Amino acid sequence: MTNVVTETSSDLRVIGKSLPRVDAVGKLIGLTAYADDMELPNTLYCKLLRSHHPHARVLSIDTSAAKALDGVAAVITGEDLPIKYGIMPTSQDEHALENEKVRFVGDPVAAVAAVDEETALAACRLIKVEYEPLEAIESIEHALLAPSDEPIHDYAGPGNIHRMGALEFGDVDQGFENASHIREDVFFYEGNTHLPMEQHSAIATFVGDQLTLWSSTQNPHYVHRALARVFDMPMGHIRVVAAPHGGGFGGKSDPFSHEMAVCKLAMVTGRPVKCTLTREEVFYVHRGRHPVLMWVRTGVSNDGKILAMHFRTALDGGAYGSYGPASMLYTGALQTTTYNIPAYRFEGVRVFTNKAPCGPKRGHGTPQPRFALELHLDKIAEEIGLDPVELRRRNYVKPYTRTINHLRITSCGIEEVTDQVIEASGFLNRKRRLGHGMGFAISSYMCGAGLPIYWNKLPHSECIIQVNRGGVSLYCGATDIGQGSDTVLATVAAEQLGLQPTDIRITSGDTGLTPVDLGSYSSRVTFMAGNAALQAAHEMRNILVEAVAEKMECSPQEVMVGDGKIGELTFEEAATLAQEKLGVLATRGSYAPPPNIGGKFKASGVGPSPAYSYSAAVVDLDADPYSGEIQLNKVWLAHDIGRSINALAVKGQVEGGVYMGLSEAMMEGQLYRHGLHKQPSMLDYKSFTFFEMPEVDTFLVETVDLEGPYGAKEVGQGPLLPVIPAVASAVHDALGVWIDEVPITPDKIMRALDAKAKGREGRYGPKNFPKISYPSIVKVPPFDASSSPF
Amino acid sequence: MLRLPRFSYLRPESVAEAVQILSEYGDRARVVAGGTDLVPKMKRGQIEPEVVVGLGHLDELRQIRPTEDGGFEIGACVTLTEVVSNPILRSAYPGYVKAAGLVSSPALRNSGTIGGNLCVDTRCNYYDESYEWRKALGFCMKKDGDICRVAPASATCRAIASSDTAPAAISMNATVVLAGTNGKREVPVASLYQDDGQFYITKAADEILVSLRMPEPGEWKSSYVKVRSRGSIDFPLVGAAAAVRMNGSLVEACRIVITAVGPQPLDVSQAAEPLLGKAIDPAILEEVATDAAKPARPLDNADLSYVWRKRMTRRAIEQAIREAAEVA
Amino acid sequence: MGSIGSHEVLRLSVNGRSHELLVKPYATLLEILREDLRLTGTKHGCEAGECGACVVLIDGAPQLSCLVLPGQINGSEVTTIEGVTNGSELHPVQQAFMDHGALQCGYCTPGMVLSSVALLESNPAPSREEIKEALSGNLCRCTGYASIIEAVEDAGRSMA
Repeated sequence: MTNVVTETSSDLRVIGKSLPRVDAVGKLIGLTAYADDMELPNTLYCKLLRSHHPHARVLSIDTSAAKALDGVAAVITGEDLPIKYGIMPTSQDEHALENEKVRFVGDPVAAVAAVDEETALAACRLIKVEYEPLEAIESIEHALLAPSDEPIHDYAGPGNIHRMGALEFGDVDQGFENASHIREDVFFYEGNTHLPMEQHSAIATFVGDQLTLWSSTQNPHYVHRALARVFDMPMGHIRVVAAPHGGGFGGKSDPFSHEMAVCKLAMVTGRPVKCTLTREEVFYVHRGRHPVLMWVRTGVSNDGKILAMHFRTALDGGAYGSYGPASMLYTGALQTTTYNIPAYRFEGVRVFTNKAPCGPKRGHGTPQPRFALELHLDKIAEEIGLDPVELRRRNYVKPYTRTINHLRITSCGIEEVTDQVIEASGFLNRKRRLGHGMGFAISSYMCGAGLPIYWNKLPHSECIIQVNRGGVSLYCGATDIGQGSDTVLATVAAEQLGLQPTDIRITSGDTGLTPVDLGSYSSRVTFMAGNAALQAAHEMRNILVEAVAEKMECSPQEVMVGDGKIGELTFEEAATLAQEKLGVLATRGSYAPPPNIGGKFKASGVGPSPAYSYSAAVVDLDADPYSGEIQLNKVWLAHDIGRSINALAVKGQVEGGVYMGLSEAMMEGQLYRHGLHKQPSMLDYKSFTFFEMPEVDTFLVETVDLEGPYGAKEVGQGPLLPVIPAVASAVHDALGVWIDEVPITPDKIMRALDAKAKGREGRYGPKNFPKISYPSIVKVPPFDASSSPF
Repeated sequence: MLRLPRFSYLRPESVAEAVQILSEYGDRARVVAGGTDLVPKMKRGQIEPEVVVGLGHLDELRQIRPTEDGGFEIGACVTLTEVVSNPILRSAYPGYVKAAGLVSSPALRNSGTIGGNLCVDTRCNYYDESYEWRKALGFCMKKDGDICRVAPASATCRAIASSDTAPAAISMNATVVLAGTNGKREVPVASLYQDDGQFYITKAADEILVSLRMPEPGEWKSSYVKVRSRGSIDFPLVGAAAAVRMNGSLVEACRIVITAVGPQPLDVSQAAEPLLGKAIDPAILEEVATDAAKPARPLDNADLSYVWRKRMTRRAIEQAIREAAEVA
Repeated sequence: MGSIGSHEVLRLSVNGRSHELLVKPYATLLEILREDLRLTGTKHGCEAGECGACVVLIDGAPQLSCLVLPGQINGSEVTTIEGVTNGSELHPVQQAFMDHGALQCGYCTPGMVLSSVALLESNPAPSREEIKEALSGNLCRCTGYASIIEAVEDAGRSMA
């Protein structure tokens, strides 16, 4: 790993070092209790009965035989949970248990609590559900037609259209008119899923009038809100604890049926109730990457400057809303954070289909358009005879600028990350031989969504630090889902207080104990919760320093903090001194993104972020010209991290992001057949083993963001993004065929090679983009530059 | 957690007692050695025995010993790992040992046995699913239903032969010893299978596969090539075993067996005819491999397209012959 | 191995301690460890032998506890993640995983550590290819595997 530092960090003691995670030991010795490892006295076990039909009206549910089974404590159906919920205020379209109609195979209709899982499962099989099947919608094209019987949902529409958007910035027609070269392409990105190693699990208790839920969730705050709504209870009577987390990647970001069910069953039975999903059920819960069809048209000048871009997307949303309205807009929002596009038109649609609901997966809505955009630019470069790296460089955004869609760009290492991977990989001077290829791509990602999911003026992240008898406790709602957010918070606080990260006791992700953090999504935790922790820790540092300065009879500026000491005192002595004087030592920090980081138009809520990370990748591979099989040789990945809080954790996130990008680029797909998930197992849903994963060379570029905590930006999602188009580009480099569809599997490559051998276009991918009646374009006026310095 | 249905577990003291139990329970009993095939299938409700008969503890099934004719007899409950780490077997039967080493993952091979792999159930992505999934589909003829989902016009089940070691054993003309109520019999491994994914194995319900007998290797050299999406865990998408006897640089004899391209391993050795008496030449090899791959009938019931799997059959055959003959 | 009603008596040594357990014949070792012995360090990701999260050592060899029936392991010695540590001292493999950032969410970690311990016991200086092979049945979704390979190499060196 190489570090490129643009500002000195020599005065930092723990920030940027490669230190172990603060939660490592518990996980390594098998002590950390994940949700399914928790066992409370007298626990009941819950199983959900799920629909066998992709789309059907529920005529009746008879639970009498199930209730009569020995060992069954309670059986509930949709009647017991009548209030709908959903993560987005505009998509409150889910019943925890459906009793009107089911919308995909796996949609829950009833839940059983019993003395053990075996009994609960037996009881589920005794429940009789009478269905009236309806036409099942399985594709985007099908969903765009008028439904032959009834739409999947009775809100939104027309037909099975969930959400549409159409925006224009600048004068796109004029831009195309001025262009000397125009190109159109169509791409498809198959859906895929998070496949966390841990299957979702939740356990609830209801004692007195207090409901407590421990769950493998990424977003305890949003689950908290959903429970309050569904149970019509004050939030103050509900506590949601994010249990130690066995992998999220976006898949544990929604409130879920099993969470609602265990709460209700705990209320009904008065006993703790636990539900752990099977692997098959995890595939049904899904909320993964949307399948997206994309059409892009770009006009460039003679010298390769982008003059206008028109981007259309169509998302297969599956059966429910989930984050869908945001997902749809994300497929159009971040094209402009890497390239200066002076005129940009976006039209998007998300449709409902009778498949497991899609939602946010690492990169939420942006890996698909990034794949399309980067390949599209490669093709333009080839056509106009310009080196693809040079074409990109001519269009790169500049730091401290405003994009055409009103997004504020601040620190921006796009040039530096490009330089790093291009130089290290020898991309420009690569030797040419059949079957060997290298591909380059770049990307950008947000450091947290600029707006919360529901409208409110509250901080996005809050943190409390308490120092008691020399011990430091940090309380924050942020949820460590394995990405290392506890370690980040501990490190930020430790740096301020002159301690080691392991000196800070972290309590996180507990709505009963910690102030709110919105959750572990949109790569927001380091930036937002990190800033809240920094503020709280800095205030605590000032308190301690002032107490010591008073005793030492010097000015606070003269009190050095570090190595466990505050001035001449040990940390514990200093803390005791301050506590003698002030009583309880507690400080707080809050963070909300600054205003004016985005536009004021309708749908401007998706895309703005207080900062953007930048990533560049080069992929080196060998591709077999007979079989289309790919051997990945190496990946170079440079990432503009702003500043590393913990270099080891950052490297881990980069390598993990590259891995996940490669695995979905090459083999992952959430596929359906006859309305059923085609491969709901870890054997048949393919993901990389050790053998497929190539060596990764990581380069960290530290641009030191002015607003990030210690200058830090995100790393959880960004590094995945450029990897996928870089694979496709390298395959083209190796074999001369374009695979305009993800995943890039050997059989698709073989098809493209066959076509090429027969003199046809050497390409595999969608032939055309469907005709879609997008709404009329909203022409957004230019950003009011007087409202912001840039 | 995915759990097993209820059954009784019996621990016979001998193979004879195991046979006795099988004859008593018939279809209601299943033998288990490593359990790596049976256990997940029971969890998914694909196989629902009342009685599971453990064999793994029987020492008589755990021996590897030389035979009088210069070959080796490998007990059915010898694990795949034990085969892979046996240097004598490795040098005598490189194709078979390579195949054993390519089964699933290391941890699974520590439990999985050679007998279990020869008897491994045929696979199909319409069948290797949970009870709830199969119920949603409406079941298939292999379990609880009446039609073949991947080939609805077919009178027989088209689930895929998925043993890696079977083609390698067949290519060495190996035999198996079966113990039944009427005593023991020895049959060629090739005759253990038939062209029906449901009733894929020909041994009688009361018979137990006791051992694999590999003949003296003589001058036979062998290899096995496995095509799959990932370098571990996966079953074969195509498997090709080749055994070659060379006379200097000339091919004296050549056997080819392919698998995962239909319900049973296919001996396609007759296609090797053009190679006999000749040096291994790319053009002849291509002709042989193309011809040998002709009977392959992959269908849309496994990973990746069947067109691709068909084409990879030819590639796997070519590669297996080259590896066996040790030519580049 | 005897039986009482529908249950069987299983003699098993787990992490050096002998147990005589009354178990269901159709409960896998995974369930016995997690539910009967409350050793929840052993994880589960598929319960069908496809992910490696439930790997434990049976008589020293890594096996998938979700596939193992009690009838198959009477009298065996089982090592789980809880038995790898020497008192409060981390095993060199655990220490190396910590130092190299070879764990993130930690859910595959117990299986990964046990597979690594078994590898290094039989081959203290494995090549990268040998490490990949030995761990190839253990899936991880967080790390991208590279740090795990580095950790195993490093642990081998420190055990030498």
